[in-house]
Amino acid sequence: MIKFDHVSKGYAEVSDALVNVSFTIEKGEMAFLTGHSGAGKSTLLKLIALVETVSRGQVFLDGQNLNRVSEQEIPFIRRKMGLIFQDYKLLNDRTVADNIALPLLIAGYNHQDIKRRVRAVLDKVGLVGKEKSYPLSLSGGEQQRVGIARAVVNKPSLILADEPTGNLDPELSIEVMRLFKQFRQVGVTVFVATHDLSQVVESGCRQLILDQGRLVSG
Amino acid sequence: MVHLQALLFSLGQQLRTPFSSVLTIAVLSISIALSGLFYLLVKNVNHLTGQFETSNQITLFLGQHVSEQDGERLQRQLEKHRNIQATRLITKAEGLKEFESYSGFGDALKALNSNPLPMVVQVFPRLSLTTQQQLQQLLDELKVIPVVSVAKLDMQWVQRLKAIIVLIERGVLVLASILAFAVIFITGNTIRLELQNRQQEVVIAKLVGATNGFIARPFLYSGFWYGFLAGIFAWLMITGLMKLLQPPIEHLTRLYLGYQEVIFLSVMNSVILLAVSSLLGVVGAWGVLVTQLNRLKPE
Repeated sequence: MIKFDHVSKGYAEVSDALVNVSFTIEKGEMAFLTGHSGAGKSTLLKLIALVETVSRGQVFLDGQNLNRVSEQEIPFIRRKMGLIFQDYKLLNDRTVADNIALPLLIAGYNHQDIKRRVRAVLDKVGLVGKEKSYPLSLSGGEQQRVGIARAVVNKPSLILADEPTGNLDPELSIEVMRLFKQFRQVGVTVFVATHDLSQVVESGCRQLILDQGRLVSG
Repeated sequence: MVHLQALLFSLGQQLRTPFSSVLTIAVLSISIALSGLFYLLVKNVNHLTGQFETSNQITLFLGQHVSEQDGERLQRQLEKHRNIQATRLITKAEGLKEFESYSGFGDALKALNSNPLPMVVQVFPRLSLTTQQQLQQLLDELKVIPVVSVAKLDMQWVQRLKAIIVLIERGVLVLASILAFAVIFITGNTIRLELQNRQQEVVIAKLVGATNGFIARPFLYSGFWYGFLAGIFAWLMITGLMKLLQPPIEHLTRLYLGYQEVIFLSVMNSVILLAVSSLLGVVGAWGVLVTQLNRLKPE
């Protein structure tokens, strides 16, 4: 599903955010990416999400070389993945239902389909009854579940999560992790960047560890 | 369906920020209304001078010592001429009276011992005489009559007026083009601010797979609404102003030409006004989106 081949990424301000990183994540696998803040976790996810481009090496997604993707293709590749962020990135002036419906609206689903899918995913993340609420009226855990619902409503084959539990207390974190495992069970590839090692250990999933841009384990 | 949704959504966005929208639309509609008013001005003046074309006349100034009898005899002769529709004799005394009442220099004339004004015969050529050449021919014919000292064809000032109108027309065209650019830039700047305000939204939409086209759509509709609403307000402004100006204009033209109707925007003009202003709004928005949208990256 994801393949990094001798990938390096340098910024002007940071000499090397990623150094010669190579790894593969299989289809349907659930893996964690850990390391100190500044170790390059976010940068690595951004390369997959096509937010950044590599300096050296190659990134493959589903067999497609992301170096060779044109600007016009990017939106269509992003539709194949669900992105989850530490700060949720919700539209605070839209209702929960509208937020979740956004990827479907973008992909051109019809009104009936959108309603049906939004209802199904609300049920899955346990937010039934909150569809008319606005994000800021919800708790952090609820907001993150809206973010997760938005990420999975389009049934992507890959979920990328950048510190999804960074702003949540331990109980809510467990809740979120439980959701990820459910997605994995239906064949979705899940790749989670986190610094919360207890979660990783508990899950028993594969762990990739970054240290100053180098992959030291995984 | 999706387009309709976006169209209504963009209108909703403008209604949600009424103050800034009203300001933008006010500026836009004033620009559009100015262009429209200048256009109507030219159209009305053109209509007026169209009438002047048929009011060509030749003025014959008779010699100082020609008697009133001779003047009347000349007038009778001229009335029979096949190319002359009508004539009017203005005696020295009548001329003085007219001069006093119109010029306001009556007192100055009283200081003179004798009346310096010559007797005048106004000659109105037949309407069938339309070309400059035909009129010139008639003028040449009248010039050689012994009692006539000077014959003048009152066409030159009409021609000068026409030349001035052509110049004004050009000027209006240039001005309208400049104002059209102003409309494009004002809409563009408003859309740029809107884009800035909704930067977060644009970035999120990009992250969940929105194409530039999808993101641009509501902003383009927004540009359309600005242009369209500004067009409507401009129309109201133009029509209102013309209504205000109508009585004095009609009074003025009645004094000079008999009754003259003021021309308002026709239905076709109104449709074009709305179409052009909407188009300018869309063009302004499009210009900004093309240049700015690619710069808004998720970082």
